[in-house]
Amino acid sequence: MTTLILAEHDGQQLKQATRQAVTAAQAWNAPVHLLLLGSDTSAAAADAAKVAGVAQVIRVDAPHLEHALAEDIASVLVALAGDYQVLLGAHTAYAKNALPRAAGLLDVALIADVIRIQAPATYVRPVYAGNVLATVQSSDALQVVTIRTTAFDAAGNGGNASITTLAAPAATSAARWVSESRNVSDRPELATARVVISGGRSLGERFESVLGPLAAQLNGALGATRAAVDAGFAPNDIQIGQTGTVVAPELYIAAGISGAAQHLAGMKDSKVIVAINHDPDAAIFQVADFGIVADLFDAVPQLTAALKQ
Amino acid sequence: MKALVAVKRVVDHNVRVRIKPDGSGVETAGVKMSINPFDEIAVEEALRLKERGVVSEIVAVTLGEAVCQDVLRHALAMGVDRVILVETTAELQPLGVAKLLKAIAEREQPQLVLLGKQAIDDDAGQVGQILAALLGAAQGTFASKIDIAGDEAIVVREVDGGTETVALKLPAVITADLRLAEPRFVKLPNLMMAKKKPIETLAAESLGVDFAPRIKRTAAAEPQVRAAGVKVANVAELVQKLREAKVI
Repeated sequence: MTTLILAEHDGQQLKQATRQAVTAAQAWNAPVHLLLLGSDTSAAAADAAKVAGVAQVIRVDAPHLEHALAEDIASVLVALAGDYQVLLGAHTAYAKNALPRAAGLLDVALIADVIRIQAPATYVRPVYAGNVLATVQSSDALQVVTIRTTAFDAAGNGGNASITTLAAPAATSAARWVSESRNVSDRPELATARVVISGGRSLGERFESVLGPLAAQLNGALGATRAAVDAGFAPNDIQIGQTGTVVAPELYIAAGISGAAQHLAGMKDSKVIVAINHDPDAAIFQVADFGIVADLFDAVPQLTAALKQ
Repeated sequence: MKALVAVKRVVDHNVRVRIKPDGSGVETAGVKMSINPFDEIAVEEALRLKERGVVSEIVAVTLGEAVCQDVLRHALAMGVDRVILVETTAELQPLGVAKLLKAIAEREQPQLVLLGKQAIDDDAGQVGQILAALLGAAQGTFASKIDIAGDEAIVVREVDGGTETVALKLPAVITADLRLAEPRFVKLPNLMMAKKKPIETLAAESLGVDFAPRIKRTAAAEPQVRAAGVKVANVAELVQKLREAKVI
């Protein structure tokens, strides 16, 4: 048995999510291979080879993989799948896009967003916004799985994997990459930040001006509720919850968030939760370690000021 | 150009779900059901493409028991032209759903297939991608903007850290993200009129597709409840608590 992980990297380093997938992969007690796609993966492959628990790093470099499309990622996975019993990825936008396509081509039922691997083909995954934990058993010979990153620790260094290079299949003619727009920010990445400051719709146009200084003070990332995103006060990629990003930081500060089940689904595994809300009956207080019943427009700047001292 | 929109009937997002006493799954008897919110966004986008003169006909399809008619009525009330129910009482899973949708797509020959990016019950988020794979079509997942230019769909996708724009040869499969379109309010007279419109019903078994479940659900449990903490009187006390907890 061998496991192949669809790795993610920034051209230089492996992403934390892939290190978390490496930890998850140890459940199969089988050699772990990492698949890196890109236009030049030499630096990222060197980083990947150092990860403890990885036996082999497979590089597939081609100009058209610089911004890899799901169509092209899937054709690489399908070409390699015959040598593996498990195809694994983190449940990120990248793998959520490509792995189901590969699974479809391979006629395999993908198991998404797994939080626990109980046996080689038995998994626990949250459904209904995390209100139910389902245990599921796959009957496919090949397992295709994505894991929820917050449920697994990141694998550290200490490995010395071999690196091999494979040729890329021809690029798809059905789709082409046009452009990208990155939200430029000095803040840490939301999914891996140690501190997350999150706000609801009530912040309105003052979302950034009220929460930004606190985030800067704590070196935290900003998060938002679906309602705040819906209303246009915050960008979509910082949406936390069932249909956005799932986070589990050391400290989660929820400002003006009522605590809808869809939002709790994305943050209730945080280590310490602080809730600031003017409504003493808000559901968020039921999961918060520390709550303050206060107007967030007073309390958040006060907190920022107090932390500066 | 014809658009096919797939919609799913799910437990309404405002309902607090309960596990059946025997642990076999989630209680749906007597529970309010609705169109999956992301599928409703997909319907809305199809309607807007029609209003812009890009799409000429919209066909909505759902799969499941006879009661799933109600989400098709909702789609009709929103303004789709025609609806299809692929009827079965069997359990449906994403791979099987994609295979059945492929059969419908081959029959209808749409240039555009629109779906929600995920259903809020199973949270699997994969039918669109599998369907695109089975059709050999290009895919645009997590779409926040769609433009049609010549024989291509230009799709802005929500990805980690920003957005990405891809150009897809038609026919293509696109899954709707939150910001793609805000669904219109359905007026009561439209809902009444939708009740009189025909629903084409096909037996899933008649489509010649193997949609048997591959995944067995062996247990359903409630997650551990997080214990509520304490309320503090003021910011100074909060800072003290956070220092004690060693998180700042």
